[in-house]
Amino acid sequence: MAGTARPRRRLCNCYLMPTQCLPATGAPTSAMSHRSFIWICLLPLVLVTVAFFVLPMAQLVAVGADGPRGAGAYLAILTEPRYRATLINTVLLATATTIATLMIATIAGLFLQRHRFPGRAVLIAMLTFPLAFPGVVVGFLIILLAGRQGLIGAITLALAGEKIVFAYSIFGLFLGYLYFSIPRVILTIMAAVQKLDRGLEEAARSLGASPWAVQRDVVLPALVPAFVASGAIAFATAMGAFGTAFTLATNIDVLPMLIYTEFTLAANFAISAALSIGLGVIAWAILALARSMTGGTVAAAG
Amino acid sequence: MNAITGHGAAVHIIDCGKTFPDGTQALAPASLDIIAGETLVLLGPSGCGKTTMLRIIAGLETPDAGGRILFDDTDVTAIPIEQRHVGMVFQSYALFPNMTVAENIGYGLKIRGVGKADRAARIAEMVALTNIGGLENRRIDQLSGGQRQRVALARAVAVRPRVLLLDEPLTALDASLRDRLRSELNRLLRSLGITAIYVTHDQAEAMELGDRIVVMRKGAIAQIGTPRDVYFQPQNRFVAEFVGAANIVEGPIAQGRLSLPGGWLALSDAADAAAAVAMIRPETIGLVAEGGASLCGTVESVSFIGDRQRVIVTGAASKPLTIDAPNGINVEIGQRVGLSVASAAVRVLPKED
Amino acid sequence: MRDRLIFAGQLGFTLLVAAFLVVPVLLSISAGITVNYFRGIQSGVTLQWVAQVWGLYKGEIGLSFLIAFATLAVTLVVGVPAAYGLHVRGGRLSRVIEEIITLPLAIPGLAIALALLLTYGGFGGFRQSWLFILVGHTVFTMPFMVRSVMAVFASVDIKTLDEGAASLGASPWTRFCNVIVPNALPGILAGSLMVITLSLGEFNLTWMLHTPLTKTLPVGLADSYASMRLEVASAYTLIFFIMIVPLLVAMQMFADKGEKQ
Repeated sequence: MAGTARPRRRLCNCYLMPTQCLPATGAPTSAMSHRSFIWICLLPLVLVTVAFFVLPMAQLVAVGADGPRGAGAYLAILTEPRYRATLINTVLLATATTIATLMIATIAGLFLQRHRFPGRAVLIAMLTFPLAFPGVVVGFLIILLAGRQGLIGAITLALAGEKIVFAYSIFGLFLGYLYFSIPRVILTIMAAVQKLDRGLEEAARSLGASPWAVQRDVVLPALVPAFVASGAIAFATAMGAFGTAFTLATNIDVLPMLIYTEFTLAANFAISAALSIGLGVIAWAILALARSMTGGTVAAAG
Repeated sequence: MNAITGHGAAVHIIDCGKTFPDGTQALAPASLDIIAGETLVLLGPSGCGKTTMLRIIAGLETPDAGGRILFDDTDVTAIPIEQRHVGMVFQSYALFPNMTVAENIGYGLKIRGVGKADRAARIAEMVALTNIGGLENRRIDQLSGGQRQRVALARAVAVRPRVLLLDEPLTALDASLRDRLRSELNRLLRSLGITAIYVTHDQAEAMELGDRIVVMRKGAIAQIGTPRDVYFQPQNRFVAEFVGAANIVEGPIAQGRLSLPGGWLALSDAADAAAAVAMIRPETIGLVAEGGASLCGTVESVSFIGDRQRVIVTGAASKPLTIDAPNGINVEIGQRVGLSVASAAVRVLPKED
Repeated sequence: MRDRLIFAGQLGFTLLVAAFLVVPVLLSISAGITVNYFRGIQSGVTLQWVAQVWGLYKGEIGLSFLIAFATLAVTLVVGVPAAYGLHVRGGRLSRVIEEIITLPLAIPGLAIALALLLTYGGFGGFRQSWLFILVGHTVFTMPFMVRSVMAVFASVDIKTLDEGAASLGASPWTRFCNVIVPNALPGILAGSLMVITLSLGEFNLTWMLHTPLTKTLPVGLADSYASMRLEVASAYTLIFFIMIVPLLVAMQMFADKGEKQ
């Protein structure tokens, strides 16, 4: 009962093939293999990156170790009291910025994602449009808000008879970094809230949890990856931001300003190179750590 | 390749293996000859190497050193896919979202420098052949799954390939559509007379479409044969169980009889053995009265499945036997029944480790 | 009732945050068109400051656009093929390359600028031309282009489309033109908007790399903040807003569209 091959019908080929067969190859000249094509695609990027990023960074590392202190310049950031104080100052400022931004953005982001009301789209647009303002512009906006001719000064003068001006202090810089970080952190948190499974919250409520308990036990823990990712960005950005500090001020002791003055005013190339490397390593390490914790891609913003 | 035999090429696979850079061997070196114009199905569970084999034939993967691919008498091993003149239908269809249906179908012709008028004629022909009239100017994202499948097929066939390669072309569709497209595809492959190599994990697809089936397992060929060969004469337990439903029974063979716990089965031709393994298809077992039957058992369950009923009988063999019986037969749970099996339907399998 | 209170509290807070972001911008806009900011808006509305800024800084603004479009050209020509290469090739080496080109996002611009200065500062002609700034902007914006294009590749399964085109006889270059680039278009457009926006606003690198003859728009801004009266600085900021906000809106629209798909 087995082994009988079934008959094979073959219809007239002429119906399907009115013309002669086509040539086997279109362009026999293009003998380039796919492998080499991929390399040709990658080559310009590799060249540009090596010439204008890898080599210069290597040079920066070399210059840092080439001053009167030798490789000890890299330790100066920790051993020299003036540099160490600046480093601590910068880290504290960046930490404060990160915590404040996360708190503000979480409250606003949760609210905006969980409620639908007229004007919501406008509000979101207002909160996110400063996304790509450069640091210099942010600095100027802080001056308009809290500078010598600023709004807060005018209001306090009218109300209390005393003009409050803090734009040029470290608190002004803090406000500037806050201004810079809020839009992008709100965006990240809103995206994370949108992805939350509402079923989890409903389950918690069905088990008797109060609204506060639901936030504390279900919502906030689920947002931790977003906090880590966006917090790392805010921190790294605040560590390295130069434009805002440059506009505001003259007398704020933060790492980027220190590097700038060491380089341009003191012409202390080795120390400024070593400090930049230190700053770069800290910023990169924070982002890499956050990335390994969240598994996502995290990058600082200019 | 000439106009009379169509344009199907014979494909010779010689010692083609594939080891990936991480050291895993996806395919042990294998050789296979595919006759011009036949539809060959590569069948097996996922990870059996069937897709790797297809991609080597296509030119998307290079075989390990020593492996060669011949189209007719031409060695194409070093030729990239774009110059092999194959047609390929991908599991995800790989239709270009930036082109319309007609532009997709005509793309291979455009690449080959076919003039606009000839191209339009050929596209119209393909549209008619695959029943997608009226969709020519649609964007790909406006098509249903079945329509996409047809466009992918039309696009692959439009260039009159020497070999048509199909990588699980129906897997992405739902069951009823899959059945309908399967018979359409069958009609099309037969009428084209093209050499086709078809990869699937679905044995029903393999049975209907294949002139020959290559059953694969763990990167090696388990059996090559016509659908009937593979179904009725499986060469090993894996093929028996993978292709269709099978009852596997074990017992000693003496004097042309296989002894089982509930009696014995007559064999057509078998050497004596202390422990043998045999396969019986469920539809080849007949339910008869207990008296006079050489093999008996007890009905454990009866389930009605539409065109027939599935009866499970215990006690006959060491494991329960599955029997597909006509609906006309009336059996009840707990009833003792006799089983009749034609000697030719009992397939003794070679011993495996 | 309690829900109402919570809602009102959150809304009030969010409005306050929005005010913090928006009020300074409004102050800046009004200062830029007020005759005398100290006396307030009743002193009259004028475009004289805007005109003055244009007269003083049109060179900077022009150069910024030149650099932005040149940066775009370089990132397109270098970045799009590279994104394809990285995606299709895969593997360890590709990941390492991607990691390295992404580093400029983590390392402060100041450090990159110093590195460029210490390496190429001695090449006078190069150092003094706008090409020096172009190099900095290219290093800084390249990852945005590459990643934006790669994100699209990952979502449309470009590898199979590429194989599909190859099976139909198309050579690598033909495939790149007919299939890869058209299907990467959303990512290329999003990346382009990003590159232009970032380049126009880039200050950290540019401040270190510029020379008196190669000042860009943001460098001019810092200049005006330091040395011009508030009205002029505000008018300049206003011009910057007018240039950058449409780009931001376009980028946001793109992001929304991408989310819906």
